[in-house]
Amino acid sequence: MKISRFLMTSFAAIGLSISANAADLRVGLKSEPSSIDPHYHNLGPNNGFATHIFGTLVGSDENQQHYPDLAVSWKPINDTTWEFKLRKGVKWHDGSAFSADDVMFTVERAQNVPNSPSSFVTYLKGKTFKKIDSHTIHVVTAKPYPLMPNDLSTVKIISAKAGNGASTEDYNSGKATVGTGPYKFVEWVPGDRIVLERNASYHGAKAAFDKVTFKPIKAGPARISALLAGDVDFIDNVPPLDVARLKTEENVQLSSGPSNRVIYLHMDQFRENSPHITAKDGSPIKNPLMDVRVRKAISLSINRDAIVSRVMEGIAVKAGQLLPAGFHGVSENMKPDPYDTKMAKKLMAEAGYPDGFKMTIHGPNDRYINDAKIAEALAQMLNRVGIDASVETMPKAVYFKRASRGGPNKSPEFSFMLLGWGAGSGEASSPLKALLHTYDKAKGMGAANRGRHTDAKVDALIQKALATVDADARGKLLAEATEKAVGENYGVIPMHYQVNTWAAKKGYSYLPRTDERTIVTGLSKN
Amino acid sequence: MTAFILRRSLQSIVVLFIMSLIVFVGVNLVGDPVDMLINPEADQAEIDRVIRDLGLDRPVSEQYWYFVLNAFQGDLGRSFIFGEPALKLIVQRMPATMELALVSLLMAVVFGIPLGIYAGLKPTSKISKTIMAGSILGFSMPTFWVGIILIMFFSVHLGWLPSTGRGDVATYFGVTSSAFTLDGLSHIFLPAFNLALFKLSSVIRLARAGTREVILQDYIKFARAKGLAESRVVRIHLLKNIMIPVITIIGLEFGSLIAFSTVTETVFAWPGMGKLIIDSIYNLDRPVVVAYLMIIVVIFVMLNLIVDILYSVLDPRVRIKGVS
Amino acid sequence: MGASANKQSFDLPASGLRKFWLDFSESPTAVIALFVFLTILFIAIFAPWVSPSNPYDLTSVDIMNSRLPPGSEDFSGNFYILGTDGAGRDMLSAIFYGLRVSLGVGALSGLVALILGASIGLSAAYFGGRFETIMMRIVDIQLSFPSILMALIILAAFGKGVEKTIIALILVQWAYYARAARASALVEKNKEYVEAAHCLALGNRRIILSHIAPNCMAPLIVVGTLQTAHAISLEATLSFLGLGLPITEPSLGLLIGNGFEYMYSGDFWISIFPGVALLITIVSINLVGDQLRDMFNPRLQK
Repeated sequence: MKISRFLMTSFAAIGLSISANAADLRVGLKSEPSSIDPHYHNLGPNNGFATHIFGTLVGSDENQQHYPDLAVSWKPINDTTWEFKLRKGVKWHDGSAFSADDVMFTVERAQNVPNSPSSFVTYLKGKTFKKIDSHTIHVVTAKPYPLMPNDLSTVKIISAKAGNGASTEDYNSGKATVGTGPYKFVEWVPGDRIVLERNASYHGAKAAFDKVTFKPIKAGPARISALLAGDVDFIDNVPPLDVARLKTEENVQLSSGPSNRVIYLHMDQFRENSPHITAKDGSPIKNPLMDVRVRKAISLSINRDAIVSRVMEGIAVKAGQLLPAGFHGVSENMKPDPYDTKMAKKLMAEAGYPDGFKMTIHGPNDRYINDAKIAEALAQMLNRVGIDASVETMPKAVYFKRASRGGPNKSPEFSFMLLGWGAGSGEASSPLKALLHTYDKAKGMGAANRGRHTDAKVDALIQKALATVDADARGKLLAEATEKAVGENYGVIPMHYQVNTWAAKKGYSYLPRTDERTIVTGLSKN
Repeated sequence: MTAFILRRSLQSIVVLFIMSLIVFVGVNLVGDPVDMLINPEADQAEIDRVIRDLGLDRPVSEQYWYFVLNAFQGDLGRSFIFGEPALKLIVQRMPATMELALVSLLMAVVFGIPLGIYAGLKPTSKISKTIMAGSILGFSMPTFWVGIILIMFFSVHLGWLPSTGRGDVATYFGVTSSAFTLDGLSHIFLPAFNLALFKLSSVIRLARAGTREVILQDYIKFARAKGLAESRVVRIHLLKNIMIPVITIIGLEFGSLIAFSTVTETVFAWPGMGKLIIDSIYNLDRPVVVAYLMIIVVIFVMLNLIVDILYSVLDPRVRIKGVS
Repeated sequence: MGASANKQSFDLPASGLRKFWLDFSESPTAVIALFVFLTILFIAIFAPWVSPSNPYDLTSVDIMNSRLPPGSEDFSGNFYILGTDGAGRDMLSAIFYGLRVSLGVGALSGLVALILGASIGLSAAYFGGRFETIMMRIVDIQLSFPSILMALIILAAFGKGVEKTIIALILVQWAYYARAARASALVEKNKEYVEAAHCLALGNRRIILSHIAPNCMAPLIVVGTLQTAHAISLEATLSFLGLGLPITEPSLGLLIGNGFEYMYSGDFWISIFPGVALLITIVSINLVGDQLRDMFNPRLQK
């Protein structure tokens, strides 16, 4: 086996791809989960990985639409109570039967994980869970809570029996890692590999592979060369740069799809003296970004097509609002702004800045696809309309802290920020609430509203939507809020939606997910 | 002799303390891990809880005190990212790094010494000049760049060797290593070669310099005058006399290999300690950064202590004068 | 090459530029290397005047020109002999400016490290006693740690940035200079001219600076050249790892790092050319330093 593997590596280059065992899969992952414990850290890679082993009450498919997983049905039975009917006949990986007790245990445990850097409390607090019978649960809230299924699609259900008294380390070692998902945990060698095997008694569609090995390979080029060399069969996060070349490779098949993440710009709208904006000669100036005409001018001076084609290699979709079409709460009436430097200069002159001004664009350099390059391209474009723009990028570890709290009195430090937002809930209330609602720390509103955009009408629309249980009505409210906050106020300037690309060896295609996750159940033979 | 060892050990402990202080205080001043880790949609209560759990609300001096206290019990803190003890994370990855460093060292020595001796014995031959030129190149090329070129050429272009990761392991005599399997060897070859290249140059130059000096010594002339075969002269007289400086340097070079493995591990995705530290620096996983640096410092201090002791054993002058 | 058969002692290199040149030019490679290095130095210093364009002038750089292969021309008629990078910057200009940063950082940190290290080394040798013992212990301890580790510790502790990288490089290098200076000063200390200076009751500072230091320059220069090359290489590695200089004015290391991802899609020039430039720079400095070292090594005198 070991010798033949060495030979195979050579053969792969000649275009033959022979796999040792056709029912085994090796995946090259960009981000290794930081833990196998599904409640330890509410982080994309952890959550995506956990889906292989654990189930949730409400499943979220490749378009973040809900489907029945461990709950077969759910509905609000009154204004403040949702009823979930659980699936019967489900077995845990250790053979015991799944019931409402497991859900009750999960809900309790998920809110009390020691040392959790970011827990699931956000999705569970304020909700009272009641066990009605062995397969029925009621969830009660103080006010109507239309997004209940969205919240419950995030918390992985663990076994009351296996998880009793188990710590995060027990999950990492496999001792307590018992789930209801299509794959069972075998081992985790941190930094090297995670191995799963098929769960023969899975309640859903049979898993396609006997054994799956995940190998974390952080660097894009290394991941691609691993695929080309035949070391792995499937990789995620193909950098846009390499897509064109991989398209010409015969033994590689690409799959790409838009994500729920919008790349946008936040602008300082609350300070007359913005820290990184001055007149061209360096003297202080009244913050031009407070004028909606300037913000609109900036949006018009961005050549989104050029960014999509040159910076993102065509692997992006230009944006006019916060989520692409098809998501709930998206407005039909909004389109991406055209590229119109003439109009931009006119608006700036009208606003009283005919000679432009000087500004620093801040952004991360290791968080979003090509983030630093986008910022650089942006600076070029702003320079063309008279804004003397320079760029400063930094690692996300430093960027987000400063962007949120780095200024005096823990206010946002920057004036003009490149950011991204992925709507975890799969609908528009997520970005609206976090980015455009007036900042209210106590209520958890505007948590990422670093430009401090504020508009009472928008706030009212958002709050009403959050309490509206009827999906259509809620959708309309969210669309209206977006039209006002983004279309009229330019509270943020949307640039483009990220598109994610996966690559597999020939014969396999991946169903792209808007939540950007890599879940092997989406990989199928074609 | 014992006084010497004692004195050195004491100094080592002082070094440890000073390093721990520098690293700890410094790391705590940079960035805020909370922003990295926490879900942006979390509210203030959640943020406060995380800060409390990670102990970030206590003053730095207090954090350091607890750190030292725990360190004596073998607890070097808990990773913010993984939730596991930092020491455990590092120890899990140590075998991979050690393996890489050892194979590299072996390569550097096995190839370097003969080449260096040749270059020293026949300094004007074309081959020697090529060797020396090559060694300057090896010395000058930044490791990461060579690594990239190696991957491009041998993995992608020729497909002879895998580009990332560690191969299968096997256990012999209680030692588990990927170097014992063919698959493991194919995975370790490129990164070890990459790492070794830098040291290869040093070993060649050392061996050459040593050879050039020793060859002028009287006892070599005497051995030749006695009519001994040249190969015997080289093997017995020359080799033994250049080995002392070469070996001591190699001992220190080993430590340097471990340090430089951070780069190679990053390029080849080799699951060792070096990769862990780079990631942890990026992610502001302070406990892991501090724990790693502490462990490395301990390794180095021990290595140096051993080399110092070896020196004093081999070179009586050091022992007698009691040079500290 | 007419190598003079009668070579005198070598502890006073400044005593004859001509003799210096004769010895140095014994190695043709070193001479070539020296000229290459001087050219690079010239380019680095005069980069803004020598470069075809300013790669960091955002009004002239256009994203639409990105990733043009070497030898292409764009719509405005600009010729890119080495192609452009991902943001549309001319590679040749980027390399020239990058050389500037790399050499600047290397030279600056080297110079400060030299002054710092030499002062400490000279004083330690001169004053001797406790001071010398302590200082040399510190030097030994620091030298026992590989440079990249020291740099990692410093950058991890104090964060990234231009000043911090330079400080890290200085802290990594000073010990080499200190050791070389001390070794050489120890030899000088016992010579007659120092004794004579003592008799004249000259102040300590004057003796160290005016009498001993000039005679120690030789080994320091050797260390200097080799260390500068090392510093440049180290800075490139740190930038590649993302821990060094920020992107506003990239060094060669950063250019290579940024270009790494383009290599797989076939745009090799964005990473290879800066890499070659880095290589040439480091190799030339090393060759020069090597020859200098051989010249000054008394044990190699035949």
